[in-house]
Amino acid sequence: MSYDLSAFWNGYVVAIVICSILGCALLLFVQSKATFTENQETGHKWDETLQEYNNPMPKWWMWLFTLTIIFGLVYLTLYPGLGNYAGQLGWTSAKQLEKEIADTDAKIKPMFENYLKTDIKELAKNSQAMETGKRLFQTYCMQCHGANATGTKGFPNLADNDWLFGGEPEQIKETIANGRVGIMPPYGGGEALSESQVSELVNYVRSLSGMKHDANLAAAGKPLFEQGICVACHQPGGAGMIGLAPNLTDQVWLYGSSEKVIAETIVNGRNNRMPAWQEFLGDEKVHLLTAYVYSLSNNK
Amino acid sequence: MIKQEQIERSVPLLIILTLLVVSVGGLLEIVPLFFQKSLTEPVKDLKPYTAVQLAGRDIYQREGCYNCHSQMIRPFRAETERYGAYSVAAEYVYDHPFQWGSKRTGPDLHRVGTRYSNEWHRAHLINPRDVVPESNMPAFPWLADTKAKDTVGADIDKKMQVLRTFANARGLPTYSDEEIANAKESLGDMTELDVLIAYLQNLGVANNPMVKQNQF
Repeated sequence: MSYDLSAFWNGYVVAIVICSILGCALLLFVQSKATFTENQETGHKWDETLQEYNNPMPKWWMWLFTLTIIFGLVYLTLYPGLGNYAGQLGWTSAKQLEKEIADTDAKIKPMFENYLKTDIKELAKNSQAMETGKRLFQTYCMQCHGANATGTKGFPNLADNDWLFGGEPEQIKETIANGRVGIMPPYGGGEALSESQVSELVNYVRSLSGMKHDANLAAAGKPLFEQGICVACHQPGGAGMIGLAPNLTDQVWLYGSSEKVIAETIVNGRNNRMPAWQEFLGDEKVHLLTAYVYSLSNNK
Repeated sequence: MIKQEQIERSVPLLIILTLLVVSVGGLLEIVPLFFQKSLTEPVKDLKPYTAVQLAGRDIYQREGCYNCHSQMIRPFRAETERYGAYSVAAEYVYDHPFQWGSKRTGPDLHRVGTRYSNEWHRAHLINPRDVVPESNMPAFPWLADTKAKDTVGADIDKKMQVLRTFANARGLPTYSDEEIANAKESLGDMTELDVLIAYLQNLGVANNPMVKQNQF
């Protein structure tokens, strides 16, 4: 926070503050000098007989007032408040934050630096590090991947052994640091299919992983898959390819495996992404999170 | 010197002096802020809301998001670690009114821009529990069924004109005639959900390191 009031506004603020304090002090002084005689009345009279005594202010109240003025002057000397004057202590909320971060870093930085030097596979076996990693995961990752990292529709399960972009430490690190984009265009980017063709293709795709399907429709769908555009990414037989297209022959379905959902995927395509975290989290946290994610499927 | 008794017996004098006393706080703490550059000049890269984002902002207000979400990251480590850089006044110069909120039932949203994918926002707004089972946020499924141009977008050009008046009065960069003329068209067939997501993805981006890597 900078104090960048112009000369006029600086003077304006200083004048009001000083005048207010001096005004209070003056009022206090005048009141303390006033003389009172016992049982003197103010001279006001309400409702025929109601009158009030003109007694001096209680001493304790006068002292509180004096102390308040002294507190105000001390505060304005030490802390910002008088226009552009920054105060003797030079306090700002930004500096307070810097100090808070520096103090915490002094405590935790050596630990994080140590983790950063440790190989990810090794780090994944360090239970204390994984406890920290879990907390980081709960802060930054659970919104999409779930508190237990088991994912949800459209957001991959990280606790199993199926990987869209690879489960080796360096692949996981790349995913966290720089993000990933997962796009399947409508009809795989190929020509639009008729409703019956989509149904055939759906049955063929379901047959790949041994799910319930209509054998005739699947047989008709096979050439659509093999000779169409699907095979370019999902590979012959539907085994897919890491980083390019999911494996269609296993039991893991990112968006769901019902006929309806698979048809939806084919017709509308899918478009999702993992944001890149390097800039926000920095090396140390990315490294520890990588180890944590690695540990989820390898520490069993 | 005015005597206590004179003040008590003269209504106009009492009114004038009372007004003077109660306005000291405002004259001192509010008025100078209007002339403080660090508060009135936009931060680098801050742009006025586009028509789409502005329509999304209206949805944000209509649905009362500010009741549970703040848009102000305070300068405490716990907050900067979780949300990102703390908020500064110069980031809100185009907000009329600002959406600071006063209560966090949900997380702060000031740096939510580019933090989640559009698909995540879509799933999450239609039913938060689909992506975060523990969430107690209400679902907003109707947003996906309504075209923005029929509701908040119907008079988007007029809203932009009003905002341009504000910006001009303060000498800030603002909309061109062309942008206002194309405002309605730019909403196209976007749903209320689409425009709200466009607004959210733009939140706090002028001061957010994640933006360097994520362009949605």
